[in-house]
Amino acid sequence: MLAPFSGVLRTVSERGHVSTAIRLTNLRKEFGDVVAVDSVDLDVADGEFLTLLGPSGSGKTTVLRMIAGFEQPTSGTIELAGVDVTQVPPYSRDVNTVFQDYALFPHMDVLSNVEYGLKVKKVSKAERRQRAEEALAAVRLEDYGARKPSQLSGGQRQRVALARALVNRPRVLLLDEPLGALDLKLREQMQVELKELQRAVGITFVFVTHDQEEALTMSDRIAVFDAGRIAQIGTPVEIYEHPKTPFVAGFVGVSNLLEAGVAASLLGREGLWSVRPEKIRVLLGTASPEGSERAAAGVIREVVYVGMSTRFIVDLDAGATLIAVQQNSHATSSELGAMRGQRVTLMWNTEHEIPVG
Amino acid sequence: MTTGRGTKVALSIFAVIAFLFVYIPLAVVLINSFNAGETLSWPPQGFSVRWWEAAVSNEGVREALVTSVVLGICATAVALVLGTLAALALGRYNFFGRDSVSLLIILPIALPGIVTGIALNNVFTTFLGGLTFFTLIVAHSTFCIVVVYNNALARVRRLGGNVEEASADLGARGWQTFVHVTFPLMRSALAAGALLAFGLSFDEIIVTTFTAGPGITTLPIWIYQNLFRPNQAPIVNVVAAFLVIVSILPIYIVQRFSSADERGGGVM
Repeated sequence: MLAPFSGVLRTVSERGHVSTAIRLTNLRKEFGDVVAVDSVDLDVADGEFLTLLGPSGSGKTTVLRMIAGFEQPTSGTIELAGVDVTQVPPYSRDVNTVFQDYALFPHMDVLSNVEYGLKVKKVSKAERRQRAEEALAAVRLEDYGARKPSQLSGGQRQRVALARALVNRPRVLLLDEPLGALDLKLREQMQVELKELQRAVGITFVFVTHDQEEALTMSDRIAVFDAGRIAQIGTPVEIYEHPKTPFVAGFVGVSNLLEAGVAASLLGREGLWSVRPEKIRVLLGTASPEGSERAAAGVIREVVYVGMSTRFIVDLDAGATLIAVQQNSHATSSELGAMRGQRVTLMWNTEHEIPVG
Repeated sequence: MTTGRGTKVALSIFAVIAFLFVYIPLAVVLINSFNAGETLSWPPQGFSVRWWEAAVSNEGVREALVTSVVLGICATAVALVLGTLAALALGRYNFFGRDSVSLLIILPIALPGIVTGIALNNVFTTFLGGLTFFTLIVAHSTFCIVVVYNNALARVRRLGGNVEEASADLGARGWQTFVHVTFPLMRSALAAGALLAFGLSFDEIIVTTFTAGPGITTLPIWIYQNLFRPNQAPIVNVVAAFLVIVSILPIYIVQRFSSADERGGGVM
C-alpha cells in the first residue's frame, strides 16, 4: 500500500544496531497535587512497535510528552539510545511526534509543512525538497504539496503529519492517539497502513491509544496504564490471554470476572478468575459437561444483537454475571430476541479459565 | 427561536431608527463639508470643494495632522511590542498573579480618560520634568496596549500551544518557532490590534490635553480649539469629515481580517 521509504531505511541501517531505543527509569510526574505518572520503568527495543494503552487520565499521554520533551519529569530519567536526555529540550531530541490533532502549520502549504524540520536544521534547499517529496510519496500525497492543510480531509492531514515527522528520519516516532479523529473505516485502514509503514522503515514507534482493539492489532508489545502506573506490559496475546490484574482483564476485552466466592463454588479454585466471552458457548436448557469442559447454569438477562455476533448477558445461579459472545452463523435476530429470560447452560473449556491478579 | 410577524416588524423599525440616529449626523457632516455656502447653512447652497482646499492649505490643520499621525504610529509601535509580549506571557504561561496582571493591563481603557490624564500629568510634571511629545506617546501607549493585547491574547489562546510544540518537536529553537510559526499565525490579529490602536490614539482628546507638551496640537485638539471660531467652522467641519473617513477605514479593514480568518484559519 505504501511506497518503500528508501531514505529512512538507509539511515536506520547506517546507524547500526542499538538494542534499546528508549529507557524510562522510575519516571514520575506530578501536576500540583496530582500524580499523573508514577514509578514507570520501561524499555523499548529498537524497531519495536510499543503501545501505551489506558483510559483517559491514566498517564499514557504524559509519558509520551515526557519522552518528546514537552514535560519535565518530577523525578526519574529518560534515555534515548543509551543517552540520558532528561534535561535535553525537545528540539535537540532525536524523536518526532505525530500529534492527536496533527498540529499542522495552517499558514504553510503541505510541502512546506513537511520540509519544516529540515529547514530549521539548515538542510540545503535542494535536498530538503527532494526528501519532502519522497516522504509525501511514501504517504501517497505526492500531488498535494501545494495545498493548504485546511484543504485536506482528516485522513490526508494525518498522512501529512506522518510525513512531516518521518522526513526527519528520527530514531523514535511518537504517536499520540493519531487515529482518534478519524471515522471507523478510515481508522481501520490507517491501522494497517501505519503497521506496514513501521515495518518498512524500521523506526521505533511509541503509540498512545485508549482503543484496546487498536492496541491488540498493531503492537509488538502493549503497556497497559492504570492510574499513572504500568499495570502490565507484554505482547497482545499475553495481555489478552493472561491479564495480570482485574483492571487489565476489564480494560482489554470484556472482563467476565468470577469473584472469589463464585470461583470457589463454580470452579473449585481459589482467587479471582476470568473467562473471555468468546470462549463461552450458550446452550439452551440443561447440558452436562464432557471431558475438560465446565458447565454453569443460569438465566439469560439480555440479548444484544451486534451484527456479526450476539452478546448474551447471563445471570448464573452461582451468583456471577457472565457475558458470552456467539457468532451469528445460524441464528436470526427474531430467534435471538425470544431467548431473553430462558434458562441456559454456559459451557467452556477449563483451560480458558484465567487467574486474574 | 421563531419570532412573530408583528415582533419582526417592530424590531426592524427600531433597528432602522437606531441606525438613523447614529448615521444621519455623520452624513450631515460629510455633506456639509462640500457645502458651497459661507456659513454652512442648511440646505447646502450647492456643491464645492472650496472648504476642503481651505483645510488642506491651512497650516494649523496640516501640522496637527502630522502630529497626530506621528503620535499614532509611535504609540502603536510601543503597544505592538509590549502588548504582544504580554499576550504571549499571559496566554502561554501560568504563574502566580496572572489574572491580576491581566486586569492591570486592561484597566487603563476602563479608567475615565480624565483620571488617567490627571494621574499621568502629575507624574510627568513631578518626576519627568514636564510635558513633551515623549510624554504624550507614553500616555497614548497606556490605552493602545490594551487593544493590541486583547487581540493578541485572543489569537494566542485560539492557536493553543500545539503548533509551537510541533515546531520544537521538529527541531526549531525558540526564536525559529517565533519567526516561522508564532508570528505568522498572529500577524493578522496584530495588524487588527495595531489599526484599532492607531484609531484610538488618533481621535483621543482628554488624555492628550493633560499630557501634551506646550505647543503640541493634535488634530482633535485643533478641532476643539477652533470649534467656536465662526470663520473656522467650515474648516472644522471638513476636518471632522476627514476623521470620519479615517476612522471607518481601520474598522472596515479589521472586519475584513477577522472574516478572512474565519475562512482561512488565521492566515493573512
